[in-house]
Amino acid sequence: MAANHDPETQKSTESLLRELVAHLRENRNKLREEWVNRITESRLLTAMTHEEIIAETTSIYDNYVEVLATGSVEALETYARNLSERIIPRGVETSEVVGIVLLLRDVLARSLFRKYQTDFHMLDRVLDAYEPAANRIAVTVASSFVQERERTIRLQQEAIRVLSTPVLQVRDRLLILPIIGVLDSQRARQLTEQLLRGIRANRAKVVVIDITGVPSVDSTAANHIVQTVEASRLMGATVIVTGLSSEVAQTLVTIGVDLGKINALGDLQSGMEEAERLLGYRVTLDPNVH
Amino acid sequence: MRVPILRQAKYLIASIQSALTDQELLQLRDDLLDQAGRYRARGVVVDVTVLDVIDSFAARTLRSIGHMLYLRGAETVIVGIQPEVAISMVQLGLDLEGIETALDLEEGLAWLDSRTG
Repeated sequence: MAANHDPETQKSTESLLRELVAHLRENRNKLREEWVNRITESRLLTAMTHEEIIAETTSIYDNYVEVLATGSVEALETYARNLSERIIPRGVETSEVVGIVLLLRDVLARSLFRKYQTDFHMLDRVLDAYEPAANRIAVTVASSFVQERERTIRLQQEAIRVLSTPVLQVRDRLLILPIIGVLDSQRARQLTEQLLRGIRANRAKVVVIDITGVPSVDSTAANHIVQTVEASRLMGATVIVTGLSSEVAQTLVTIGVDLGKINALGDLQSGMEEAERLLGYRVTLDPNVH
Repeated sequence: MRVPILRQAKYLIASIQSALTDQELLQLRDDLLDQAGRYRARGVVVDVTVLDVIDSFAARTLRSIGHMLYLRGAETVIVGIQPEVAISMVQLGLDLEGIETALDLEEGLAWLDSRTG
């Protein structure tokens, strides 16, 4: 409303908010209970116990009223991020968090309707003061939750990246590189670098790359594998690729990836055996061992 | 600077000491072809350990050196390509196809021994 910029209206908005906050503090228990009932009815936060819901809703309610009283969302932001950190691992969805905040907004609005039902003009002005603040709270909570979620996802991606690219020496001059998970460009590049450094450090002559743990291979991933093979050859190492499933083999042939330079074998065991043959190892079974 | 070429029994070893201009690369090619014939070399090792970059001209020249020496009766092996160099070469599509590569001088000589007996 344009009239909001008028200092006198502003002043009255402040006094209205004060009145509003007093009303919400007075009816704290009743409104909070109503809110919890609405949450249970709507089947939100099913991952949490009833006691937990009561504890969290009490904190959210007090934070909410605090924001209305002070106009500062900082404390709420911190609380929302903290809350998100606790409930994200338990599978609480963004829609649920947004849902409960909107429910609280509605519960409080209803209580205002009841309080001012005889004075329509007053109700209008109270809502003018209440709505922008309430919307700001909803946006703050939702964005804090989403930010926290994205941060968690980033951390997990980083963890997966670090974990899943080991270069292992299994015999003198023989390395194994088991690839697990999706092979995107960044990871493929990191993997190639690690492998080449491993070839130099271990003086490897043969490398077995096992892709049994790669769920799907598209043309980008296939080209990364081809490039890794080529780069290893430039360093004097022979690469054997193992673990191409029949689906992967079909995909690669269908999309026409040039695999002519790739030495492929069905599983890790045949890859190891071939690598041992190339290196001149002969593994024999001791008949005295049962 | 001319690349020094050492004779080691029946092999020649060209040990590149610093980054080379295109002209110096061509000089290396001429010197190797000349000496391979003169000393009846059976194998040639080109050591590129010090090179931080192998561009398309260098890759093409190294490849043609290998093919030309083959026609003169000598096997060629390129040794000492660094990991970063290998990655950028592959990304540029410079794969030295048909040319043997090895980790270092020792490996290169071992490969030549296995080939020439």
